[in-house]
Amino acid sequence: MLYREAGDFKTTYADDAQTFPIAFDRWRYYAILIVAAVIIPLVIDSYWAKSIMVPFLVFSIAAMGLNILTGYCGQVSLGTGGFMAVGAYASYKLMTAFPELNIFFVVLLSGGITALVGAAFGLPSLRIKGFYLAVATLAAQFFLVWLFNKVPWFFNYSATGQITAPERTVFGIAVTGPSVPAYASYLFCLAFVVLLAWLMRNLTRGKVGRQWMAIRDMDIAAEIIGVHPLKTKLIAFAVSSFYVGVAGALFFSVYLGAAEPTEAFGIQQSFLVLFMIIIGGLGSIFGCFAGAAFMIMLPVLLKNVMAGALGWDTTLATHFEFIIVGGLIIVFLILEPHGLAQLARLMKEKLRLWPFPH
Amino acid sequence: MGVGLLNTIEVILNGLMTGVMYSLVALGFVLIFKASGIFNYAQGVMSLFAALTLVGFQSGQIPFAELINAVFGTDVHHFGFTMPAILATLCALAVMVLFAIIVERLILKHLVNQEPIILFMATIGLAYFLEGFGDMMWGSDIKTMDLGLPQGGSFWFEDVTKTWAAEGSDYWGMYIDVLDVIAASVAICLVIALTLFSQYTKTGRALRAVADDHQAALSVGISLRYIWVVTWAIAGLVALVAGSMWGAKSGVQFSLSLIALKALPVLMLGGFTSIPGAIIGGMMIGVGEKLFEFYVGPMVGGATENWFAYVLALVFLVFRPQGLFGDKIIERV
Repeated sequence: MLYREAGDFKTTYADDAQTFPIAFDRWRYYAILIVAAVIIPLVIDSYWAKSIMVPFLVFSIAAMGLNILTGYCGQVSLGTGGFMAVGAYASYKLMTAFPELNIFFVVLLSGGITALVGAAFGLPSLRIKGFYLAVATLAAQFFLVWLFNKVPWFFNYSATGQITAPERTVFGIAVTGPSVPAYASYLFCLAFVVLLAWLMRNLTRGKVGRQWMAIRDMDIAAEIIGVHPLKTKLIAFAVSSFYVGVAGALFFSVYLGAAEPTEAFGIQQSFLVLFMIIIGGLGSIFGCFAGAAFMIMLPVLLKNVMAGALGWDTTLATHFEFIIVGGLIIVFLILEPHGLAQLARLMKEKLRLWPFPH
Repeated sequence: MGVGLLNTIEVILNGLMTGVMYSLVALGFVLIFKASGIFNYAQGVMSLFAALTLVGFQSGQIPFAELINAVFGTDVHHFGFTMPAILATLCALAVMVLFAIIVERLILKHLVNQEPIILFMATIGLAYFLEGFGDMMWGSDIKTMDLGLPQGGSFWFEDVTKTWAAEGSDYWGMYIDVLDVIAASVAICLVIALTLFSQYTKTGRALRAVADDHQAALSVGISLRYIWVVTWAIAGLVALVAGSMWGAKSGVQFSLSLIALKALPVLMLGGFTSIPGAIIGGMMIGVGEKLFEFYVGPMVGGATENWFAYVLALVFLVFRPQGLFGDKIIERV
């Protein structure tokens, strides 16, 4: 009933080109923003912030980054963990080298540094394609983690080899360090999520996004119609790495507080983010959020049900997590290769016609 | 001969042995890739699973003991008997064949004609599933595998090589692990057996026909689904051999499945479609990473083995994207 284009007349070009052409979508979007920015910070406690909301937001950013590269530009990367490590170590070096610099800009700058590193590793993508490239990005993953483990300059010669985030504030409220109020860490991450999601939406429906999709669908054909493959792929790598770098910086400074590269940024993070975009939906922004929410909440849920309610061993719950995640990936690829986002799209189509079947 | 030269030879020899072990895993990848165009990421986890099953049968473990105990509140873990290594190997092989049939029925059948990258991601899912399933079935603790193979260094070889050094120099001979030598011989036998199988048997010919052209093979009456089961079963056998060799070397544990990742650069060097390529690529990676660790490693803090293979493959691919022995990639719009 509510979900209709009918009666909603577009009288300007701006109206016609807006992101949410259906009024109901628009209002829903504002409602979600208000709930996320006003209501959740009022009620959030540190358990919810630490175990669900902050990792969800951080991994949404990482998933957006990988989705730009894999979902929009068609280049599979298994180096997400390594690039997150670049973001984390860049933010650590910037925080310790320039203590006066606001943490907001530190995070953005770390994203910029990661973008440069990502573009460098993206260079071979012109000649290597498909899963050859996926394996080549493993080189980035293992090399970067090794680098941060072995070169003491990166962790400021600390004896443990760990990096620890010092306390930094935004408007006088601590967002990193040992004593952070739950709402502050949540809101700080939310600000980046909203900003980057807005940016991604507008990038992907503009010229760059269309070029990415042309390369994804068939790179030789795209080259023939005038898309510069190297430039387009490098931009995809740089933008994607920027997102992943921001996610890495937030993951380290806001979520973890202290990190060690092998544990925090290993290959398992790369796969986690990849699974998020497969389950959520390749080439969809909503899919990034859906996938991140799913992959973050599933282990928490399983742990609560199996270890909490049934009283089973936690290792058994971990095994089940692997089985369920792996099984779901296969089921999704067989039944719905475009993930949760496609289910949402189908539902919208149905809603438009409801209560009529056709 | 000088001590430095002898040390280098020792490093190269050990690299060759490690390389053969990498090839063993890479072989499984090549088989499946050739027959079905699927890049099977789960090959490494299949090795782990096969090794776990082998140890489980051998020591008479009860499958899913943890789950049974959690659900029924019992405390079971072993049947109380042990199996001879040969029988356990056969049982594990049967499990891998069963696994091949299930994979074909439940996954491959439904993913025919999908893009290669979708199939690749499906095998990543399969890898995760199998990892959890294997751990749940046999428990996630580190197990030792005892197939009755000799272990440790070869004294005979040490004594022989000691005489090569100049008189009076401070040299104690080369260290070669006997198990490595056995593993290398097993790998070579396996390759010869596979080559003979694919050249001189009816099924082998059908396998090659499918690898050449799916549609043409179908049109002369070869059942694709049967061939896929056979391929995955052979890959299961290779996984079992690789798993038991690596397992005997370094214990059956999760890190076994990471060897699969090491096999990827091997494949990129050798080309995805060539069995000799997998062997030579494996040796190149094995020797390369050992030499690099020996000469450059101490200068940059060691542990370069973690990434050297990948970076080598990356650099190599930029100049020759199809690998050393791979078929030339021709693209058409």
